[in-house]
Amino acid sequence: MRAIGARRIIDPLPIYTMWLREMKRFLRVKARVVGSLLMPLFFLAFLGLPMSFMPARQIPGLEGIGYLDFLAPGIVGMTLLFAGTMSGASVIWDKEFGFLKEVLVAPVNRFSVILGRSLGGMTTAIIQALVIVGIAVAMGVTLSSVAGFFLALVIMILTCATFTGFGLIIATKLGNLEGFMAIMNLIVFPIFFLSGALFPIQSMPSWLRYIMYIDPLTYGVDGLRGTLIGVSAFPLWLDFTVLLILCLALATLGSYFFSKMEAD
Amino acid sequence: MNSVIEIENLTKEFDGLVAINHITLNVGEGEIFGFLGPNGAGKTTAVKMLCTILNPTSGSAKVCGYDIVRQRDKVRECIGIVFQDRAIDTFLTGKENLDFHARMYHLDRKTRQKRVAEVLDLMDLKGKENMRISDCSGGTQRRFEVARGFLNHPKVLFLDEPTLGLDVQARRNLWDYIKLLNEKEGITIILTTHYMEEADYLCHRVAIIDQGRIIAIDSPEKLKQAVGLNLISLQVAQDSSGSLVDSLKQLSWIKKIEARDGSLELSIDGGEERIPELIDFADNRGLVISSIKLYKPSLEDTFLHFTGKTIREVEGSLKEVWKAWMRSRGKR
Repeated sequence: MRAIGARRIIDPLPIYTMWLREMKRFLRVKARVVGSLLMPLFFLAFLGLPMSFMPARQIPGLEGIGYLDFLAPGIVGMTLLFAGTMSGASVIWDKEFGFLKEVLVAPVNRFSVILGRSLGGMTTAIIQALVIVGIAVAMGVTLSSVAGFFLALVIMILTCATFTGFGLIIATKLGNLEGFMAIMNLIVFPIFFLSGALFPIQSMPSWLRYIMYIDPLTYGVDGLRGTLIGVSAFPLWLDFTVLLILCLALATLGSYFFSKMEAD
Repeated sequence: MNSVIEIENLTKEFDGLVAINHITLNVGEGEIFGFLGPNGAGKTTAVKMLCTILNPTSGSAKVCGYDIVRQRDKVRECIGIVFQDRAIDTFLTGKENLDFHARMYHLDRKTRQKRVAEVLDLMDLKGKENMRISDCSGGTQRRFEVARGFLNHPKVLFLDEPTLGLDVQARRNLWDYIKLLNEKEGITIILTTHYMEEADYLCHRVAIIDQGRIIAIDSPEKLKQAVGLNLISLQVAQDSSGSLVDSLKQLSWIKKIEARDGSLELSIDGGEERIPELIDFADNRGLVISSIKLYKPSLEDTFLHFTGKTIREVEGSLKEVWKAWMRSRGKR
């Protein structure tokens, strides 16, 4: 056998292999593809539409736009939150079903392993997010500009990477499936509700606003709103910077924990 | 014979519990070497250390000439592993799993395609490669795992309880594939098992292991011989066993004669070749042997001999029951 760069940190073939596996697994389970799109669809259809029929408001942050327009980026953010966290946390399933051992004994740098895996999870998450954008547009949401759409893609990638890293940290530190779903819901739902996805942060009292400021998704949702709809609470550079720092920190920490993970 | 595996004083402790207690042994190239012992004896721990999944507490081991702690990646490049528990992606097809493995081990496209076709052929998996693993039978899943294990041309293939949970037919089947693999590809195979027949059928050499210590290492044949002589039980037609006993005493290879329920039990030095000799011997004296049977000590007897208990006794202990229960809980 050829001598191979087992210690190479970025090893393209294994990265591609891990990515490919995630894609195959995602596309193979049709029910999961549909299921992952249903909840965001329900939010848009059963919360966004009815709320947009309510009389015009003078609520700060909602002036001049319909509630559905306001909600759509929030739901895209929610999709990224759930899909990203799940993608990171699904390492726990690989461990549970034994497949992790096969991966961990391969002569491949673990960073490459987790990079490929996360890229796969992120690809599927962003595809879901784009489908939601499409659904929102079909429901009558107007996008601000083409450039804004491409900027939104950048925000999506950063948001998704942040939560993939976050999910990875939970999975590697928690270590087993028992109580896993409960903990996930306990953390993920508050992150969603306090992100300003459903209501504008500007109209909240200051004590609540400070809580929302420490929620990573707040910046993701705000960035998406700024790029997709053209309305945002913070300047775009702030959203971008906060997300970039968070995503680097959490993804690095997550892959560090993964590299220390025991195969058994 | 070149040593592929050299183990010296290898020890593993878990929180003060000694799982592997100073084992020292060598395995030669092309050998099928078995660790035989009850569950909890330390077989899997030993294999995990050799596969670089676990670090030893003390002692050292080399696989393919590489140190299992300091040259982990080198070791990983030259070994293949089939784990005790299933470690295959059930959402993917068999071929996709093999492709995955080939890419993770850096085989280029051409080598990969050729090699995947080869292993599918050797393991008789052609026609099943596009089935999803979750739709395959337990035996087929296991065969895919073995196929994957030697895909990257490892020098050593580790099989941790390869036939655990398979039915008798699937087990026999897998044994033959393992033998074929050893013969055709010349791979050194290390396997752990608690099935006597498995060690007996497959292994060139067996290490009997109990409570983390190696109790005996030798070929199954020699181990059985160490336990005792073969036994021949015979019956003569006429009631003249008394005179036969007297004349049988002349034969030097008969070590002991016992009369029991109208038949004679002879402890003999040698094997099947003694049967015609005995028949001729009786014939010359005008006696007719009505039945004759040769008993060889099994590895089961061997285990009993070396450890003072049968494998089943050990496994029936409460600790083992508890362990098995914990394992089954973990699997859900």
